[in-house]
Amino acid sequence: MKTAAAILSTLLLALAAACGEQPEPAAEEAGADSTVALSGEISVVGSTTVQPLAEVLGEAFEALNPDLTIIVSGGGSSVGVKSAGDGSAQIGMASRHIKSSEYDEFPGIVVHTIANDGIAIVVEPGVTVDVLTMDQCRDIFSGAVTNWNQVGGPDMPIIVVSREEGSGTRGAFEELVLGEEALMAESAILQPSNGAVRTTCSTTPGAVAYLSFGYLDPSVKTIAIDGADPTPENVANGSYPVSRPLNMITSGEPQGAVAAWLSFITSEDGQAIVVAEGYLPIN
Amino acid sequence: MRKLVQNAAFTVFWMAGLGAVLIMLSVVGYVVFKGFADITPEFFTTSPRGGLSGEGGIQSTIITTVYLVVLTLLVATPLGVGAGIYLVEYADQARSGFMKRITSAARFGVETLAGVPSIIFGLFGYALFVTALKLGFSLASAALAGSCLIIPVIIRTTEEALKAVPDSYREGSLALGASRWETIWKVILPSAFPGITTGIVLGAGRIVSETAIFFVTLGGSYRTPTSLLASGRSMALHVYYLAMETRAFDKAMATAAVLVVLVILMNLSINMISRRITRDTR
Amino acid sequence: MPHGRSTVKNRVENTMKTVLMISALSSVAIVFLIGFFTLKESIPAFRGIGPLNMLTEKVWRPGQDSYGILAMIAGSGLVTLGSVLIGVPLALGCAVFLAEVAPKWMAEIVRPSVELLAGIPSVVYGLFGMVVLVPLVRGIEVPGNTGFGLLSASVVLAVMILPTIASVAESALRSVPRSYYNGSLALGATRWETIWRVNIPAARSGILSAVVLGLGRALGETIAMIMVIGNSVIMPKALTGNPLSIFLSRARTLTGNIAVEISYATGVHESALFATGVVLFLLIMIVNTSARGLLKASIEGGRRK
Repeated sequence: MKTAAAILSTLLLALAAACGEQPEPAAEEAGADSTVALSGEISVVGSTTVQPLAEVLGEAFEALNPDLTIIVSGGGSSVGVKSAGDGSAQIGMASRHIKSSEYDEFPGIVVHTIANDGIAIVVEPGVTVDVLTMDQCRDIFSGAVTNWNQVGGPDMPIIVVSREEGSGTRGAFEELVLGEEALMAESAILQPSNGAVRTTCSTTPGAVAYLSFGYLDPSVKTIAIDGADPTPENVANGSYPVSRPLNMITSGEPQGAVAAWLSFITSEDGQAIVVAEGYLPIN
Repeated sequence: MRKLVQNAAFTVFWMAGLGAVLIMLSVVGYVVFKGFADITPEFFTTSPRGGLSGEGGIQSTIITTVYLVVLTLLVATPLGVGAGIYLVEYADQARSGFMKRITSAARFGVETLAGVPSIIFGLFGYALFVTALKLGFSLASAALAGSCLIIPVIIRTTEEALKAVPDSYREGSLALGASRWETIWKVILPSAFPGITTGIVLGAGRIVSETAIFFVTLGGSYRTPTSLLASGRSMALHVYYLAMETRAFDKAMATAAVLVVLVILMNLSINMISRRITRDTR
Repeated sequence: MPHGRSTVKNRVENTMKTVLMISALSSVAIVFLIGFFTLKESIPAFRGIGPLNMLTEKVWRPGQDSYGILAMIAGSGLVTLGSVLIGVPLALGCAVFLAEVAPKWMAEIVRPSVELLAGIPSVVYGLFGMVVLVPLVRGIEVPGNTGFGLLSASVVLAVMILPTIASVAESALRSVPRSYYNGSLALGATRWETIWRVNIPAARSGILSAVVLGLGRALGETIAMIMVIGNSVIMPKALTGNPLSIFLSRARTLTGNIAVEISYATGVHESALFATGVVLFLLIMIVNTSARGLLKASIEGGRRK
């Protein structure tokens, strides 16, 4: 057994050594002097809600800096915070507020809100309901109401589609719509991403789901809550109640290319892209 | 009457056999015909557009798949072939208790690994490579986790290939004064080479098909990875993302069709190699 | 000079032996590492929740600190049962057909087809399930049936385990000595009677181990499952008075639980997912070990006779 342990530890060491030798992403070198054209790589990891927006913002910034590559991958809000905190990615993405437990674990993280996002309630287009009250929404998603005819729709069972536990969108939705008491219906179809939720909702008769504004498309029908349509305008004027911030996270104050990209995002040009993609600007 | 029963029973078995062929034809046929309807040359030469559109081709996912296959084979082939050689060529001369224990430990390892579901490799890769070693969601993490999946495959086929080499080769070479390693290197490996190749092709096939491991270790960026630490998206993973994240079922089907054709080609090449082996040994 | 050469030779010989030995140990090292890391990561969950609590508690709500995986165990169990019910008769029929019944030309069509089924990526099965099977199953008019659920998943899984079962069972049947078959025919039995009364009983434990291996494969499937099973965390239950309608219920498998939530989990939640992995790993180890035991018994049994 001793020999096995010895061999194992050797293997591990060899592995760790091999990893240490790999080149660090080059973006750090692009560093201090911002007058030099930006080059290298920025790795961005985290929330699948922020991901598509980050991809578009990344492409726009790459167009200005042809030598720069911005690599965006998913993983989820929690992974985003963790990756930024432990340095495995230069930027983390989260579609929710940062938890105090996360600040405890990574005291150095800095949060940059890049956009605001509404969460819309959507149904499969065959459902003939257009308006719901906040209370009805809560009853539907908690499973207290199980047929569309109980909320003025056709006689059709309600199929709740939701994100899985731990999702930033789900967390925000539960906080804003379900409140303290109610819990997400047990029988809900759970999907691991916003795209999967949309696909399932659009193809399952009687389905209802919640989606980030950025994911809305004609394949699903939006529902007005208390008379307010889920539009950026209504979120801005306060009549549509369900919204939350989209965040990027860095470990310490950002430097070099990372700082340049983040300030591009919060600039007028960047925020114009945010609006074009269906999200709300930060101001 | 007995004849009648026999006929009835055999009809059932024919139906089972035909059923299997029919299932294969319907899955492969559906995917390939539906998929190829949407395939144009540009499909292979453009990369996915990203975002939610599902637009674009699969160029970067092909490149990522190739990277993954090459990297996993770089790790798994030496280890797997080496282990196979040890188990066949050295294990039987194990006289000491220590050597015997090593051999049985290695056998236990191969047998256990062969049954481990891929999500466990993924979970392990996530814990060790992505998180503990801080490789992040990257080609490196994915390739290391993927190697664990195919090492047992390569070990097993190597063992079989070596066992198929007649003992007279070994005896002849040793009698001529060659050492054991010389015998292995100059005599046994060359004649077992085609068999070992099937193991490597089989391993490559597993990597091309694998999704669960890469789902939790590769990150899923649709860009062409530029370093070992970059995230990427293999073709199989692309099918998953297209089907689940976008509504581009046509693009998903097209990518799946390319995958299926690739798998068929790999199966054919394995069959061809094994056929040549049986012909040669006769 | 000859002396010098032979020391070099010896050195090469010994180095190579050590190198090969280390690579032989790679497999067991990986097993060890997998065991170590999944266990290590799952300790906070097991400690905080208690293994028994996890296994017997039905509710999985990480937000409310409920981490029961009984529903997932039930989901994995039921979908495996369903795939066995559908897949095993077909697979064993195929095996008998290939080993005993099929003329050579036919076997050369069927065998590669079965092999190809084994090679198709699970994501392709999942896609096929989503695009073809789910809408088909949705057509069964039962309230609450969405097409996503155990039935679709079982059908997909049945096809996926067919090659494993068919090929292992076929070789078990082939390893029955030909003398049995000839002897039985000489005694006046028909071919079918011989297959049924002699070959299949003689290959019994081999066939059983084929089925058990199929079980192991079914329990471990991930991607195809999360694409068609609906992933709801509920104890599957019959949707109508007919108990079979339980297969229209949505469910979540142990594998799916890990894949769906791992990237969103932190703290105890993440640890609970590793604990799910440990449970899955143990389950599959038990299944595979018993399959190997059966296989060994069948080989030894064959030798004895």
